Amino acid sequence: MIKKSSNVLLEVIDIAKEFDVSKPWLNRVIERQERQILKAVDGVSFTINRGETLSLVGESGCGKSTVARLVCGLYKPSRGSIIFDSVNMADAGADEVQQLRKRFQMIFQDPYASLNPRWRVGKIIAEPLRVHKIATSNADVKQRVDKLLTQVGLSPLDAEKFPHEFSGGQRQRISIARALSSNPEFLVCDEPTSALDVSVQAQILNLMKDLQREFGLTYLFISHNLAVVSHISTRVGVMYLGRLVEVADTKRIFANPQHPYTQMLQSAIPDLKMTGKQRTPVAGEVPNPLTPPTGCAFHPRCPHAFERCKTERPNLIDYEDGGQVACHAVEEKRINIRVAA
Amino acid sequence: MSSTPAVPLLQVKNLRIEFPTRRGNLTAVDDISFDIAAGEVLGVVGESGAGKSLTGAAVIGLLEPPGRIANGEILLAGRRIDNLPFEELRKIRGREIGAIFQDPLTSLNPLYTIGRQIIETIETHLDLTHAQARARAIELLNEVGIPAADRRIDHYPHQFSGGMRQRVVISLALAANPKLIIADEPTTALDVSIQAQIITLIKKLCREHGTAVMLVTHDMGVIAETADRVAVMYAGRIAEIGPVAEVIHSPQHPYTIGLMGAIPSVGDAHERLAQIDGSMPRLSAIPKGCAFNPRCTRVNDVPNHRCTTERPELLPAGKTKAACWLHVSAAAQTDKQAVTA
Repeated sequence: MIKKSSNVLLEVIDIAKEFDVSKPWLNRVIERQERQILKAVDGVSFTINRGETLSLVGESGCGKSTVARLVCGLYKPSRGSIIFDSVNMADAGADEVQQLRKRFQMIFQDPYASLNPRWRVGKIIAEPLRVHKIATSNADVKQRVDKLLTQVGLSPLDAEKFPHEFSGGQRQRISIARALSSNPEFLVCDEPTSALDVSVQAQILNLMKDLQREFGLTYLFISHNLAVVSHISTRVGVMYLGRLVEVADTKRIFANPQHPYTQMLQSAIPDLKMTGKQRTPVAGEVPNPLTPPTGCAFHPRCPHAFERCKTERPNLIDYEDGGQVACHAVEEKRINIRVAA
Repeated sequence: MSSTPAVPLLQVKNLRIEFPTRRGNLTAVDDISFDIAAGEVLGVVGESGAGKSLTGAAVIGLLEPPGRIANGEILLAGRRIDNLPFEELRKIRGREIGAIFQDPLTSLNPLYTIGRQIIETIETHLDLTHAQARARAIELLNEVGIPAADRRIDHYPHQFSGGMRQRVVISLALAANPKLIIADEPTTALDVSIQAQIITLIKKLCREHGTAVMLVTHDMGVIAETADRVAVMYAGRIAEIGPVAEVIHSPQHPYTIGLMGAIPSVGDAHERLAQIDGSMPRLSAIPKGCAFNPRCTRVNDVPNHRCTTERPELLPAGKTKAACWLHVSAAAQTDKQAVTA
């Protein structure tokens, strides 16, 4: 395999995913209803460089998990392309896809649902090894499983146990060991710590950072927790109703958010330092994704909305420091660059 | 208000909650004591299984059998309520103690309009005619920020979003003007922006009505913003209790110190989070002495293996109270120094 010198590992260009959530045909005829299409992801583009962590944040229903699933190939995109290491996944043949699949893995949110309860841990971790024919002899498999278990902070003896014998944090370690077993370069992590307690979350985040340093891993990290995101990511993408509204460096996005929605999220973070800062609760809620607002989807909640926002959908435009933001108000410089208070 | 200031609104004394099982009694909450003053917000934090929700359930008399109060007493405004017969307790519930639970979808009856549920509560506890009760219900819904309350009152729970449902639950809890509200993870199921709205609402209402709140949560951020005092629970015991600013800024118990270090926060440039190794002990295997001793980094700083043999009492440490031998021996030493000097 010829390695491209390009620094970009994954490029996602204008992907979309639509779900048909219509009622059955007969109901539609009787109740005279149209087909209902839910646009879970509607034109999202981003790139991830080797060795970095890109996080996608947003509230429930913004499409962040759908993006993770699209990138992993668990859903077929309705539109757009996913380019992994210069290979377009849609054009690649079955063999090539199989080769590529070895190089990325996924960690899921719920460590109770993502491990087969009837398999022993050793078998769970060895599955990718056997599927991708990385290790064939039993001795080789066992040796690799033992090593993986040690790497994630468990004991080789744990290979004989069943998932129910472990706590949530330990199970998430097993998920990570399984994801690492095919020596991937790229991990898609869908809310890996949301089901865990804070002290266990700290253990898992530390482990993920250690593994990233050791193996040069690249992460796509999905989370709704901004504090976790600010801790783990290199860059952050903020999603709202199926669209990216802002992408920027972690430091930049938290110190100086541009998009009104990002500003709102940032001010909604609970203040642990007790500086007496009041959280600015923003009125309103995420609209129904079946009937998204016209123009900029955020305009009904946005303090800076004006006519153009209601009719024309903003696209991501570059601003200084390599950030991107999709907002007419920022583009027209109606929002001044906010200095962190 | 003519109640004597000497008696706190809620007193919990030496509460012990047990679950009888075939393999003997499991002690889920072990000998805890605390007070809540009128109008005060007491936060109770801890990780899953620390016994925080059970404590809340015990106060309101909603312990699920086979769980039972094995020892101790609960006093509301000086009157003992843990041994009341069912009917008596039913009168207190809702009238004097309100409850807000985590999941607003399961705490409302899906088959009745929200109006019917609120009016039922009002009519049960207050001496009002149906029309008056309805007027009060609309007033309550207005107060918790539900737009067009006079129309919305006849809607069913499924017609509301998660944040709006939680507002309805809050209005239910406030319906009979209780003196105390038990809020068990009231914002955990909500998105950050909605969470900020709900917290602000709970704070505002409790200030206006002079209601005391026992706020049970695992989210230190929520506690930091809302509570006056906080109790940190670990393995069924209170590890530390004190004013919220003291516990957050200068925690005394090694568990609280670890917990605070484990919480990622925006803007912290730490490469790694502080981590507490290991996990909370199972109820069937709570270690002897201090329950935290197997994970504690400072066990060896206490002479005579006291941490592994003798359970520490909650004693003043710094400006909080902590159950830790470190502080007992430190206090003893300073006493000795004072004597020798």
